[in-house]
Amino acid sequence: MTYLAKPKLHHPTLQTNKVGYTRRDYEGPVSTLCAGCGHDSISAAIIQACWELDIEPHRVAKLSGIGCSSKTPTYFLGASHGFNTVHGRMPSVLTGANLANRDLLYLGVSGDGDSASIGLGQFANAMRRGVNMAYIVENNGVYGLTKGQFSATADRGSKSKKGIINTDNPIDLVGIALQLGATYVARSFSGDKAQLVPLIKGALAHGGAAFIDVISPCVTFNNHSGSTKSYEHIRQNNEAVSVIDFYTPGHEITAEYSPGTVIDVEQHDGSTLRLRKLHEDYDPTDRYAAMSYMNAHAARGEVVTGLLYVDALPTDLHTSLNTSGHPLNSLGVEQLCPGAQALDKINAALR
Amino acid sequence: MKPKEAVPITAINDFVIKFANVNGSGSASANELFAKAVMRMGVPVSPRNIFPSNIQGMPTWYEARICEKGYHGRRGGVDMMVAMNPQTWDSDLAEIEPGGYLLYDSTRPMSPEKFRADVQTLAVPLTELANAAYSDPRQRQLFKNIIYVGALSVLLDVDVEVFDTLFAEQYQGRGKERLLESNRQALQLGRDYVSQHLQAPLPIRVRRSDNVGDQIFTDGNSAAALGLVYGGATVAAWYPITPSSSIPEAFQKYCAKYRVDANTGRCNYAIVQAEDELASIGMVVGAGWNGARSFTATSGPGISLMTEFIGLAYFAEIPVTIINVQRGGPSTGMPTRTQQSDLLACAYASHGDTKHVMLFPQDPHECFEHAAAALDLADRLQTPIFVMSDLDIGMNQRLCKPFVWDDARKYDTGKVMTAEELEAGKDFGRYKDVDDDGIPWRTLPGSHPSKGAYFTRGTTKDSYARYSERGPDYIYNMERLVKKFQTAATLVPPPKIRNAALATRLGVIYFGSTTPAMREALDVLEAEGIYLDGMRLQAYPFPQSVRDFIAAHDRVFVVEQNRDAQMRTLLIDELEVDSSRLVKVLHYDGTPITARFIAAAIRASLPVLRETV
Repeated sequence: MTYLAKPKLHHPTLQTNKVGYTRRDYEGPVSTLCAGCGHDSISAAIIQACWELDIEPHRVAKLSGIGCSSKTPTYFLGASHGFNTVHGRMPSVLTGANLANRDLLYLGVSGDGDSASIGLGQFANAMRRGVNMAYIVENNGVYGLTKGQFSATADRGSKSKKGIINTDNPIDLVGIALQLGATYVARSFSGDKAQLVPLIKGALAHGGAAFIDVISPCVTFNNHSGSTKSYEHIRQNNEAVSVIDFYTPGHEITAEYSPGTVIDVEQHDGSTLRLRKLHEDYDPTDRYAAMSYMNAHAARGEVVTGLLYVDALPTDLHTSLNTSGHPLNSLGVEQLCPGAQALDKINAALR
Repeated sequence: MKPKEAVPITAINDFVIKFANVNGSGSASANELFAKAVMRMGVPVSPRNIFPSNIQGMPTWYEARICEKGYHGRRGGVDMMVAMNPQTWDSDLAEIEPGGYLLYDSTRPMSPEKFRADVQTLAVPLTELANAAYSDPRQRQLFKNIIYVGALSVLLDVDVEVFDTLFAEQYQGRGKERLLESNRQALQLGRDYVSQHLQAPLPIRVRRSDNVGDQIFTDGNSAAALGLVYGGATVAAWYPITPSSSIPEAFQKYCAKYRVDANTGRCNYAIVQAEDELASIGMVVGAGWNGARSFTATSGPGISLMTEFIGLAYFAEIPVTIINVQRGGPSTGMPTRTQQSDLLACAYASHGDTKHVMLFPQDPHECFEHAAAALDLADRLQTPIFVMSDLDIGMNQRLCKPFVWDDARKYDTGKVMTAEELEAGKDFGRYKDVDDDGIPWRTLPGSHPSKGAYFTRGTTKDSYARYSERGPDYIYNMERLVKKFQTAATLVPPPKIRNAALATRLGVIYFGSTTPAMREALDVLEAEGIYLDGMRLQAYPFPQSVRDFIAAHDRVFVVEQNRDAQMRTLLIDELEVDSSRLVKVLHYDGTPITARFIAAAIRASLPVLRETV
């Protein structure tokens, strides 16, 4: 569908958000991915989330690695700076960018090959450091751009389009993120926009290392029977622990749900995550309970979705490093250079 | 065959003393104390640590050249050995020049065949003296080192007052007065023993002079770190690797002192020890993209790991500063030995057609200068800049000119288009050559609500940063990068020329840590009537003056510390010089090059050259 250019004119009656932007202002050029690709649904969810959150598009920096998923930042937030880095290394570039300017929102978009195969080390260490970011993996268990090889998240026993059976154990990025200290961990499905949009909003407002693993079936190479990342398979095996709603500060929260099945989690910026619990035994504020719950369900072949863990008062890498409240890239020679007099003293001490 | 007795070496303010120690025994600070004391006598000293890649128990040496004339290169040969390591006794003894001196711990008797007749033996029962004075095992070990420094001070006639001053500077008023007294006492133990039992001073000795001036005594890695603080680096990402680790560590130390906001207590810097070199360079790329001055420090194996990102930074045009403290390669190579063997790996790092700017500091003073300059150059040129230090400069203290900083100096942040300029309607093409210097303008993320955003990528693009695989777009970009590299040649520190006393058709090109040995070799050769004009390179790409220098000489020696004559290759490739005119002088055994080696190599090739010139 790439030969069709998007019309530039906006409809005059398009609704604007609080910062005066229409939903169209959060879009990018037309996607060049395959028709029906789950990744495009995720891009649409990102656009929706940013618009609803009243984020000024240019205050987001979007970074990615290499692969189909990593191409998607071109297709949303056209007024944001983007950086398509090298394969598997987006987390380090995002970390450096974040250190340079703490005032922007950092959105990392990656794939299962990019984050679980070649980039597992960088993924793990970014989570461990608590980099303030929303990190989305568009997980289809397969390499699309190189035409259908398994990635490290492919389930053992799943069948490729060419009929090859995967014999390696899968890497579960959600499990790793939980273990290494990510403070917002969720899993969703590209076909479930109602669940995905509030999860992305929650991640963007989180203020710490937020990770969402989004199962996103590859319509070309991994949507056949025998695949465990197909639309059909995920719809049948999806075990949602919660449905969340997201409220920004000042938004009236109405009590729509009976107490006992609802938890309100107020985040550091005053926004509220309202969790409608589908399972009474699930506690999203207990990291270790979340891990065992997820593992128990995974053993039964169920894919647990929803907000799996949240620390409402996260710290981040800047907290750990005690960095200035001003972006480091805004500091000049006055703040950074100790000056000639101090240098004379240093010289004197070296004689 | 037993060597005959030899005439004792007689030398004032011109000798080499070597300390053979066991690493982890606390000898380093005692040896440094000795070097500093000689320096305080107004006599230049250049010490070198020769150490293993190990924490404790392996042999380590500290070789100090005392040289009134101020030659800081390694001389070669040892006039006096302080043999504290039984493991290396035989080879240490063999290294002493005939007529030289041996100071050893005589606590345990040694058989006479363990000594040399042509070396004067100075027996001091160091262990016995230390054990008699101290009961704590750790103190016995540490003060044994100070005792031999005391012994040396009498043997070599170093004034005791300089030690008093040094101890006072180190311990007084810092709550360490107890250490002040115990160090003095240990020093005196050694002094007393020598005064009572040995003939002193020796025919080699130190005499007060005034040749140190206002020079400072420091190592290249600390100096580079300080240059990065002064140059405005705010983001540092690194992975530990010898011999570069002390750069980020010193950066941390200086930042803690000079970069913490007095009002808020918060840091105007961020340092991350990354999980590997891929991540450290990735963070530097991210920070540079986002407008912060950022650096990493590494050595050869780290450079290999970073090359993919270096290619991205080159092609996407992102400021990056890399301090490469070179060690012996290839592979893990000689981690604690020195070389200049990463020139080609850095000049052409990464796949595809790439070229990178390199600076070559000659000493700690220039490590400071070049580190600060690299941050400016990286921003100005929007590309990776390598500061090519090495272990010899980086990890050894060296006398050098004091650091200078002009408070009027501003950082050159290069071509960053502001929100105001964008608002005023200035055309922004991220990869467009609007100033005819090959350097495009950039915008920083988050600066303007609707203008100036672009997508940074490692793939090919047109001049407005739009993805493009069209041939003409690609060629435009690649040719512009060449033009930018030509611009770089006009911005980097220029070569330094040292003309011979007489007009000559012979020249020599050298750089970096070879410089002190080269300076001495030129003097030695000139005294023999061999005249050479010298050119010390400070950077790659080469300015026009390098081409002119080579053109003005029939033969040009290229002196470097690697096997494959990498600088010569760069000169031939980049300047299209006739290779037969560039004569290799190569030293690459991992030890620092010496004046003796250079002079011998040039001398030896002269008869051949005389026939062909």
